Amino acid sequence: MLNLLTKNLFLFDPLSLFFLAVIFIVSLPSLIYSLGYFSPKANPPTAEKGEYSAAKIMLAQVLLLAFVLSMALVVSVNNCLIFLIFWEIMSLVSYFLVVFDTKNAKSIQAGLIYIVMTHIGTAFIIAAFMILRNYAHSFDFFAVKNACQAMPSQTRNIVFLLFLIGFGTKAGIVPLHIWLPYAHPQAPSHISSIMSGVMIKTAIYGIIRFVIFILGVNSSWWGVLVLILATISCLVGVIYALMEHDIKRLLAYHSVENIGIILLGVGLAMFFISLNLPYLAVFSLIAGLYHLINHAIFKGLLFLCAGSVYQATGTRDIEKLGGLIKKMPQTAAYFLLGAMAISALPPLNGFVSEWLTLQAFFLGAFNVIGGCKLFLGICAAMLALTSGLAAACFVKAFGITFLAQPRSHYAQNAKEVALSMRIGMLILAVLIVIFGLAATFIIKLLAKVSGSALGIDISSMSFSLNNFTVTPQIVKNIYLSTPLLALWLIVFGITGFVIYKIFGRGRPVIYKTWDCGYYKLDSRNEYTATAFSKPFRIAFSFFLLPYRKTQKIRESFYHIKSFSYETHTTKVFKKYIYDPALAMVFKTAKSMRRIQPGSIHLYLGYIFITLLLLIIFMRQF
Amino acid sequence: MMIILQIILFIVFAPLLSGLITKIKNNLRMRKGQSIFQPYYNLAKLFSKDEVISETASWIFRVTPFVVLSSTLAVAILIPVFIFVSPAHKIGDFLVIVFIFALGRFFLALAALDTGSSFGGMGASREMFISSLVEPALCMVIFAISLQFGSTDISAFSGMHAITVSSLVATLALFLVTLAETSRIPVDNQETHLELTMVHEAMVLEYSGRPLALIEMASYIKQMIFFFLIAQLIFPIGLPTAHLAQILPWVLWYLVRIGIIAIIVALVEVIVAKMRLFRVADFLGFAFVLGVIATVCVILGV
Repeated sequence: MLNLLTKNLFLFDPLSLFFLAVIFIVSLPSLIYSLGYFSPKANPPTAEKGEYSAAKIMLAQVLLLAFVLSMALVVSVNNCLIFLIFWEIMSLVSYFLVVFDTKNAKSIQAGLIYIVMTHIGTAFIIAAFMILRNYAHSFDFFAVKNACQAMPSQTRNIVFLLFLIGFGTKAGIVPLHIWLPYAHPQAPSHISSIMSGVMIKTAIYGIIRFVIFILGVNSSWWGVLVLILATISCLVGVIYALMEHDIKRLLAYHSVENIGIILLGVGLAMFFISLNLPYLAVFSLIAGLYHLINHAIFKGLLFLCAGSVYQATGTRDIEKLGGLIKKMPQTAAYFLLGAMAISALPPLNGFVSEWLTLQAFFLGAFNVIGGCKLFLGICAAMLALTSGLAAACFVKAFGITFLAQPRSHYAQNAKEVALSMRIGMLILAVLIVIFGLAATFIIKLLAKVSGSALGIDISSMSFSLNNFTVTPQIVKNIYLSTPLLALWLIVFGITGFVIYKIFGRGRPVIYKTWDCGYYKLDSRNEYTATAFSKPFRIAFSFFLLPYRKTQKIRESFYHIKSFSYETHTTKVFKKYIYDPALAMVFKTAKSMRRIQPGSIHLYLGYIFITLLLLIIFMRQF
Repeated sequence: MMIILQIILFIVFAPLLSGLITKIKNNLRMRKGQSIFQPYYNLAKLFSKDEVISETASWIFRVTPFVVLSSTLAVAILIPVFIFVSPAHKIGDFLVIVFIFALGRFFLALAALDTGSSFGGMGASREMFISSLVEPALCMVIFAISLQFGSTDISAFSGMHAITVSSLVATLALFLVTLAETSRIPVDNQETHLELTMVHEAMVLEYSGRPLALIEMASYIKQMIFFFLIAQLIFPIGLPTAHLAQILPWVLWYLVRIGIIAIIVALVEVIVAKMRLFRVADFLGFAFVLGVIATVCVILGV
């Protein structure tokens, strides 16, 4: 019976196994972390978030398990209909986790935006499935896959666009990202870590499974469209992140950016497969999948660290933090590691996958013709810009949160978090290093996943970091060895230290920071996050449309008692797309109200007319 | 062996380059100027001085000089100087250089924030702003060059045997990038300690004594690496594949080439005025466009 069930319900091909691995790699540390996060005595001194009762904590843990289970089922079923059911369960459970803080009005609003957006996405997916069902007369993956061969290309294009919008909403690609920066920060931090690290990846699974695996890519504009959307997501995500000083929302915007980087790999794979360049397609998908698992790890870690900071200080506003490296040395070290990985610094894991993605662009450019070369080059340059901006953003995030002096009493009284939370973070931190240093092995594993997802036989291709067999004829000697690089960095670092010690005379003098003779330097003199991002705000002002509010309170004409200054940026997508759309919905709803005047006679009339129409409909069709 | 030789070469000659540029600049301004060996004296002086560390600083501030130095040296062994294939070429390709420099810069910016001085924050913010805009331009230049050579291998630079339109345009773009990366006028000014203008100097303001010497050394070496890359592009004469016997004349020829680049940089520094920080976006945008043009030239085959 069980055998029959697994045979008919589940599909454990390399792609599914890979996503299962991603889900459990991030969920387990988060689960360990949650033990400490919810412990009763761990509430912050200021208790901004309110106390949780024992029953509520129990509920949270049950929901968390249901959430992880539903995600695991989403990536392992083999039937469109059942996929949809688990997809919906996943969305609903995560909605309940987003609104977990029911006392907080922000959470409720975030949950509302989330559930509306996710259902719009699901509607598109359902539409796509219905079209597929029309051709396949079955919901089974393989039956659908076979039926897709005979589908007219017009229909395929429509199905592709439906899938892209549907899964794109869940993944948070621009301009469908609107819910992500609201929903992710509102959940408890280990949930944010799973949502950002894993849940949005199920959408990437959907794109790979349904567009590449089942539908099959046959026109090159699909890949180009995905590449353009991905590039825009990268840049928009990171620019918004730079402007943000709520630490969890900053991380959420970075998820938009990193989904973009992952989709660059996926889009390249689609592009190359339509150009009939199988090696490059497999290679690009490896880069995308590698970044996917890396992002799951380091974003999971960063959200856990942000949760620790929130628990220890009771605030998420980094302008109020500072100096935490001395109060919470371990959390600070983990956050630094995560920040280095997400900024693609060698020899950590984010560096390997970003390098692979760039390399996929470069290798691709060597093999396509004419204008395509330029297109790939500009996409690669935009990826470089993204990684530069991400590094700037994490200098800001780490520097303002953890370094210098505490900027408020919130940070002053912080203490290191509970052991179970630190263990959760430690596991992910170790994984960051392992995934950076053991890149060669991981690429070999990912090659199998990538090959099976693309339906390309990889037995004649070799994938390693020091030998790129682009075509059997051309072998490029391009090397990357992260262990060797790490070794040299350490050797030179130690050499520098030895020189420093040899020439050393006595111990360094500890003294005040130089303050131009002012002698009253305190945390108010420190650079703030807003100040740090000022050059970026000005350089990207054409997109961010910044504006400021100043207010002077005067005691008399000559003396100003207080002066307040606020700077904001305009969220263009919200202002010019979503707000008008929402206004239109309300307007339509308002005019619809005219048919509901409250008269029972009229309603009976409606029922009668409906009945008549139905009878006519049944007779005719 | 080759690795050690290469590092020694960089360490010995990199400060000289800075001394040379300062001397030329001073002479052009009708001043006598300091000796071209002044950077060595400065380093020696710094090594014998006491070190002051801010009481707000954490371990980030202490490890940064070593991270900066080691990342710069890692790049220094990656590029082929003596022989066609660099001794440590298995570490990575051309793109890796960009990422390794980012490592040092990341830590330097953090160390600048660490002391809680607003100068540091200012420097960190500006440096990260400039460097993030440098990345697309540099990526585009690397793209154009590797497209011409068909590989992102580092010997791509040394593999060119003739000057083409595309390599000329790419050189110009790389030159602009170099001005930004080595904190030269018009992007930054190494000679000033005025808070309105300084970028790199603001970041290292809190350093003193030996750590400062290490950071200074790292920036000298970084400058030499960038000059070397330009020299390889604009004087496209390959490298010998043989060993030690032929190397000495090569080292001389190599230093002459880098010296010429240094003279050009000095001339630019004297002639051009420092620009506003927000104009840097246009400046580097121009470098990016040049990179795109270089790529188009490669595609057109000129």
